[in-house]
Amino acid sequence: MSLITKSKSSEQAVIKCESLYKIFGDNPELMLKKSLDSVNAKEFQDAGYVVGVNNASFEVYKGDMLVVMGLSGSGKSTLLRCISRLTEATSGKIFIDGEDLLSMNNKQLIELRRNKMGMVFQSFALLPHKTVLENIAFPLQVKGSSTEDSIKKSMEMVELVGLSGRENYFPRQLSGGQQQRVGIARSLAVEPDIWFLDEPFSALDPLIRKEMQDEFLRLQSILNKTILFVTHDFDEALKLADRIAIMKDGIIEQLDTPANIVLNPATEYVRKFTEDVPREKVLKIESVMDPLKKSEKLSNLKVPYDALIEDVAEDVLSQSKPVGVLDGNQKVIGVVYSSKVISVLFGKRTSNENKNM
Amino acid sequence: MNYFIKYPKLSQFVILLILFSLLCILINPSENNFLWRFPSLIAGLPHLINDSVSYLMYDFMPIDVYDPEIEEYEERPLIKEFTRTLSGVILFCIVFIREILIGGVKTIVFFTGWDFIREHKWLYWPALPWTVVAIGTIILGYSLRGKGLALLAGCATMYIAIFGQWEPAMETLSFVLIAAPVSFALGLFFGVLGYKNKTVETLLNPLLNVAQTMPHFSYLVPAMVFFGVGDHAGALATIIFATPPMVRLTMLGLKNVPSEVVDAGKMSGCSEFQLLYKVLIPTARRDILIGVNQVIMQCLAMAVIASFIGAKGLGFNLLLALNQLRIGQALELGVCIVLIAVVLDKLSLAWADKQTDYFADKSFIERNKYKLVFLAVLLFGFLLAYLGTFIFKEGFNYFYIIPHNKGITTENFWQAGVDWIWDTFFFTLKAFNEFLIIKILMPMKHAYLSMPVVATFLLVMGVGYIIGGVKSSLIVGGFILFIALTEWWDRALITAYMTTFGVLVSAIIGIIVGSLCAQYKISSKFILLVCDTFQTFPSFIYLIPVIMLFGVTDTSVLIAVIVYATIPATRYTVEGLRGVPQSLQDAGSMSGVNRLQRYIRIELPLAFPHIMLGINQTVVFALFMVIIGAMIGTDDLGQYILKALSDKKGIGNGLTLGLCVAFIGLAVDHLIRTWSIKRKSALGIL
Repeated sequence: MSLITKSKSSEQAVIKCESLYKIFGDNPELMLKKSLDSVNAKEFQDAGYVVGVNNASFEVYKGDMLVVMGLSGSGKSTLLRCISRLTEATSGKIFIDGEDLLSMNNKQLIELRRNKMGMVFQSFALLPHKTVLENIAFPLQVKGSSTEDSIKKSMEMVELVGLSGRENYFPRQLSGGQQQRVGIARSLAVEPDIWFLDEPFSALDPLIRKEMQDEFLRLQSILNKTILFVTHDFDEALKLADRIAIMKDGIIEQLDTPANIVLNPATEYVRKFTEDVPREKVLKIESVMDPLKKSEKLSNLKVPYDALIEDVAEDVLSQSKPVGVLDGNQKVIGVVYSSKVISVLFGKRTSNENKNM
Repeated sequence: MNYFIKYPKLSQFVILLILFSLLCILINPSENNFLWRFPSLIAGLPHLINDSVSYLMYDFMPIDVYDPEIEEYEERPLIKEFTRTLSGVILFCIVFIREILIGGVKTIVFFTGWDFIREHKWLYWPALPWTVVAIGTIILGYSLRGKGLALLAGCATMYIAIFGQWEPAMETLSFVLIAAPVSFALGLFFGVLGYKNKTVETLLNPLLNVAQTMPHFSYLVPAMVFFGVGDHAGALATIIFATPPMVRLTMLGLKNVPSEVVDAGKMSGCSEFQLLYKVLIPTARRDILIGVNQVIMQCLAMAVIASFIGAKGLGFNLLLALNQLRIGQALELGVCIVLIAVVLDKLSLAWADKQTDYFADKSFIERNKYKLVFLAVLLFGFLLAYLGTFIFKEGFNYFYIIPHNKGITTENFWQAGVDWIWDTFFFTLKAFNEFLIIKILMPMKHAYLSMPVVATFLLVMGVGYIIGGVKSSLIVGGFILFIALTEWWDRALITAYMTTFGVLVSAIIGIIVGSLCAQYKISSKFILLVCDTFQTFPSFIYLIPVIMLFGVTDTSVLIAVIVYATIPATRYTVEGLRGVPQSLQDAGSMSGVNRLQRYIRIELPLAFPHIMLGINQTVVFALFMVIIGAMIGTDDLGQYILKALSDKKGIGNGLTLGLCVAFIGLAVDHLIRTWSIKRKSALGIL
């Protein structure tokens, strides 16, 4: 596991939250003070307050994609809105590239949004009176770019999201998937470092959603942004995330890589989500890897450590000897036994099973 | 009996009616019986208003002002100085536009002085030839929307020119071109303010409620007192009258902007101001454009009414024609007003819809072709006008301007038509008229007037209680109490009787017509278009044909009321019925309802709250029309407002009477709205 947890402690976090709280109600500051840092959602609700975000602390590094997953009312969107400062947090600290977001004045905030942030919305939030091109050019024009520049840049964006030929359409003339492509293009027009996506694919049909997820992964592989992605769909989170934060009642229940969440759910709540997840789709070879014994004879087949089990299972199982595992430098660092792969594929899901791995 | 227990509201209502009848029978009609009529405790209110206004105008906060005439500083009251300056600015703007359109010297005189102009005769601005204005409008229409609008603009301007109404039409236009943009800007400003600031909104709402139910006439007296008589006073009255709907629609539109769109604007890095004019206002433009449409309609409606306080133009001529019973001429003028309204409305809509093409790589000529064409037209028009001086050697140069009443006129045709109708149907019309007055209107009026004031209160507040509980009861009670304590209770009852009659008939006609038309998609579309068109006509226009048919009687007023007030009833019925969700229709069909059952069991109950909102509009429309009917000669509140106009100390009376009318409207509005909201939430369709 240590292999994939890239050493980042030396690097500065792009987004950093420290014990962030958001409480809705008449006088949330006072209520929070009284609670002495142990916020109980139930107690607050009885007092007429709603806890949106409860003591959230985490960091997101450059090029990292953190997916915040939770059911409706779990506070995932509130968390995102706090970090984009669309909602003012009640208490806590947020740092964007080391700068204190919450102490920024309006002007600084606008500067930040114009240059560093882009956001995609669930219901697209396109300006109905502007064409596709004008919508995409909007953040540039707001920033003060000349018409010529902004139109040129927007046309690149139109091409990037595959909407060429439709730049003069109005949002109402587009399908949902196409509208969200416009939303994505708009959020990328100013070339932001940080990309917020608030349930961007939830309003789309399943097939379109899959298509858009693939499109999104393609874009991210080109652009390599720092991403905060909110969704209520666990499968989507597994598919896209570098790390997942699972939220319930404003609390981050667990924040870890998809594999670790599936293998070691921290709470009962998280476990419920992971129960039905086909683990071969989440786990990588390294999670079933055993240490290399010198005497052992290996098969000719070698698999990379970060391949999904699903992708290589058939090959591994068709070998009679154990299969070697390669690291990034094509060096054999361990072996995979087919028994382990079989147990991932067909084994019963028990709570102590994970310990065996 | 079970029936009453099942429907407690119904039993309450029956008890209320019984009590009401008892009070009516028992209370002795005598002037000294305060149960019969309340003493007019606030009869002094008008005087109080008069006194405070004259204090404000003549004594409040005197300031020193330099008077160039006597070359000395003079002490003048602040408010008067302010209103005088405002009037001056407005008047200058109106005259400026007017002189561009029909020529004159006042603008130039303003900058130079009369002596200067006497020496330099060539400075006299000669007016645009009508051909230039007409073709200019066509070009504008074409550049904004295309052939259709160009055709409309062309027909309208040609009509106005050929029928010899060019000068008054341009006078009206100059007046509207100032009043409408100012109303628009003010309305937008206050609407945005109300949207941004909750306190402002709570302050604005009751003001808007009153302003939107005050009859047109009530705006004239204060305008006259503060701003004097003339085009500027008319324009200012118009602005005050036309702004409230704009404020309301702006607030409504801004509130309906989806919050995600606002967030998207913020995340795009908009500043406050950018967010407002690049995101909020454009996204709310559907409602704001309805506001613009309203402003233009109100401006043209007021163009007629403002002629009472000296606004020149079509309205003034129309008023004159109506007074002289020259129906044909009134009709032609009315058509002019409607045409201006329609063209302005369509042009403003088209302008708001305009799009930019970013990729067109156009040459200078391409980009400025419309301006160049207009320049050519300008030259050509003046050339033509110059040639005209050779062709029309004597009399008027028709290529330059068609003077007032020198165009063609169809007056004689219409007059002959009216005469023919009178000759042919005299007895039928007269019989109908007499039947209506003797058998229906007089007894109804009598019944209203013989209601003891206590009984009226019981009825109104009782209905308020049944609909909305104690709070509603007190609110409507408060409105009525104000009227009861003035000295015009009887007049208010007459207004109420005329309005009731108008509303009843309009509602019946509107609901029937609406229901029939709502059965098919095409007929619904058609009837909505008809409603749209009719709503474009300034209210005054409706009086012309009815005077033609029924002469100067109460019947005429009532028929105008009915025609005018049927529009909203019909529109809301169609909208309500068409708005019934398709899934419910399908559920009905699968349960095997036939067309009538579907209408009675499914469509009507669901659409009824919306229809009631239409009836609410009908009440306001009817009330306005009844008041305007004072022009023809009625004996209700409207007549007294009209009288206040010619009274030197009329402002107190005018405003108090206006408030009385507004309060009748607001009481009904409150009852219907409360009921409709309750009903809608009960049906789960809010």
